[in-house]
Amino acid sequence: MKYYDKLIFELSRKGRCGYSLPDSPYQETTAAIPENLRRGTEPALPEVSELDVVRHYTNLSDMNFGVDTGFYPLGSCTMKYNPKINEEIASMPGFKGIHPLQPASTVQGALRLYRDLCKALSVVTGMAEFTLNPFAGAHGELTGLMIMRRYHISRGDTGRVKVIVPDSAHGTNPASAAVCGLEVVQVKSTADGTIDVEDLKPLLDNTVAGIMMTNPNTLGLFESRIREIADLVHGCGGLLYYDGANMNPLLGVVRPGDMGFDIMHLNLHKTFSTPHGGGGPGAGPVGVAEHLAAYLPVPSVCENSDGSLYVQGNACGYATVSAESIPAGQISGFTGNFGVLLRAYAYILMLGRQNIKMAGPLAVLGANYIKESLKDFYRLPIDTVCKHEFVFDGLADRSTGVTTLDVAKRLLDYGFHAPTIYFPLLFHQSIMIEPTETESKETLDGFIDIMKRIAQEALTEPESLKTAPHTTPVRRLDETSAARQPVLTFRMLSSLN
Amino acid sequence: MNRTMEGLLYSESHEWVKVEGEIALIGITDFAQNALGDLSYVDMPEVDDEVSQGEEFGAVESVKAASDLISPVSGTVVEINGELEDNPELLNQDAFANWIIKVSISDKVELDALMDAKQYEEFCQNE
Repeated sequence: MKYYDKLIFELSRKGRCGYSLPDSPYQETTAAIPENLRRGTEPALPEVSELDVVRHYTNLSDMNFGVDTGFYPLGSCTMKYNPKINEEIASMPGFKGIHPLQPASTVQGALRLYRDLCKALSVVTGMAEFTLNPFAGAHGELTGLMIMRRYHISRGDTGRVKVIVPDSAHGTNPASAAVCGLEVVQVKSTADGTIDVEDLKPLLDNTVAGIMMTNPNTLGLFESRIREIADLVHGCGGLLYYDGANMNPLLGVVRPGDMGFDIMHLNLHKTFSTPHGGGGPGAGPVGVAEHLAAYLPVPSVCENSDGSLYVQGNACGYATVSAESIPAGQISGFTGNFGVLLRAYAYILMLGRQNIKMAGPLAVLGANYIKESLKDFYRLPIDTVCKHEFVFDGLADRSTGVTTLDVAKRLLDYGFHAPTIYFPLLFHQSIMIEPTETESKETLDGFIDIMKRIAQEALTEPESLKTAPHTTPVRRLDETSAARQPVLTFRMLSSLN
Repeated sequence: MNRTMEGLLYSESHEWVKVEGEIALIGITDFAQNALGDLSYVDMPEVDDEVSQGEEFGAVESVKAASDLISPVSGTVVEINGELEDNPELLNQDAFANWIIKVSISDKVELDALMDAKQYEEFCQNE
């Protein structure tokens, strides 16, 4: 991997440009712009040739590590392969060239696809209705909690201000609840890693809006008492929210709707193979049970009596509905990240009803294979069958002081992306591994061999781990200085030099 | 460095207390700073704020995680350690030499619920 760290501004030379544009036929005028809104100086844009630009971004992209370049076992993220046919479908001119403000009559196919994807997700999850509008998982969480809150308030049940969140939850859960104006109450885990039902019971009263759960949870363990938990929470008048981050092992096998959940989101960029992370954008569709369907946000895609489709409740000029009848309001400008929705739809159709049931079990098999192969070398705090992911608590033999961070850095030397580390917080040396169903046994074996070798190196040459990585374009980064004195802009960098 | 220091009291959430008359100096233990790693930020209350035993009074952030600071005693904040605002790494360098807040104790009986050095040492064995 070639080291390249230039900024486009460093390549800039005064007067250099790639293209000369024709003179504008329009007269330039600033008269209509108030004085205080006019810029005093020219914008600081880089002046570069086309070749400068191409080389710059090609060199930068060469330094990327992604699912297309190697194994990426990042726990809680479901970094499965993104099939290229998804890209092909999303690049079709009939999809790529449309605009959200086009008349509905000219985008009937796209609107049909929106409806069909909603139906497919309903089948997979057991929820009655979906909105595809939220842009990401946490956006879906916020949308779901807004639905929860409006549901209680609209029924005159205004004292429900608490959301219960397990101590193993993803950090976005309490954050979303706080953003939604709800109070977060933590429920403990038992020693076997699942929710402590006895700790939950005393928390349940008429101040509880609901509980947020991930199932399987962050430790990759199925919350087997979910039906009992659902009955308890419903019994006190609360709702159950399902965080779909860990939906992958359940795909086609178990449905959140059948477990008793009322509201959920899915991460299409996890479970449904659309690009993830820096390659996003994401999509976080929200599904609800029948009794909450009226609270879904707008715009929504609806069907006329003649079978044609229209967009309802779009603030930008389509048919609108009154504010009272759209309890969750509008959470995005249009109907979501449509390009992402297309990719997820392609994925579902490519697998089909039968094959989609294979994804979850294969992901579970891969995770258990790695776990069992490595548990003599790494500490396994909860030794049981896991679902799609599991958590080690550092090396089994820590006598040389090698930490989880060192192991993760050393993996980079061997060409693997590091797993998630130091999360969940239930253990001090967490390393969270999720292989997904898209990896071959050969790849898993290669990873297992390297993890064993690293455990061996930790005893024989601990220094080489503590100074890892050695072969990457940059060596170990000074995260502390980066956190204490971050350099976030070109201007800050210039002032340092 | 030693994991504990004689003469201090300890909480299960890894804060230490040094009682000087009616005043309690409160910090985080060496075990806590070691578990958190390099600290990048210490969030402290303001002077005259009330704190309660078992309740959050601030937070510490490291490159690994953020963690609430739980007050081991109830009382009123009389002083905060302003040096930590710019130099949170002081807690990494010597957790026991750098207190975070000083509290005027409202109920000394609460101190009975805390651990001494030996008990805390044993408690850490199981963490």
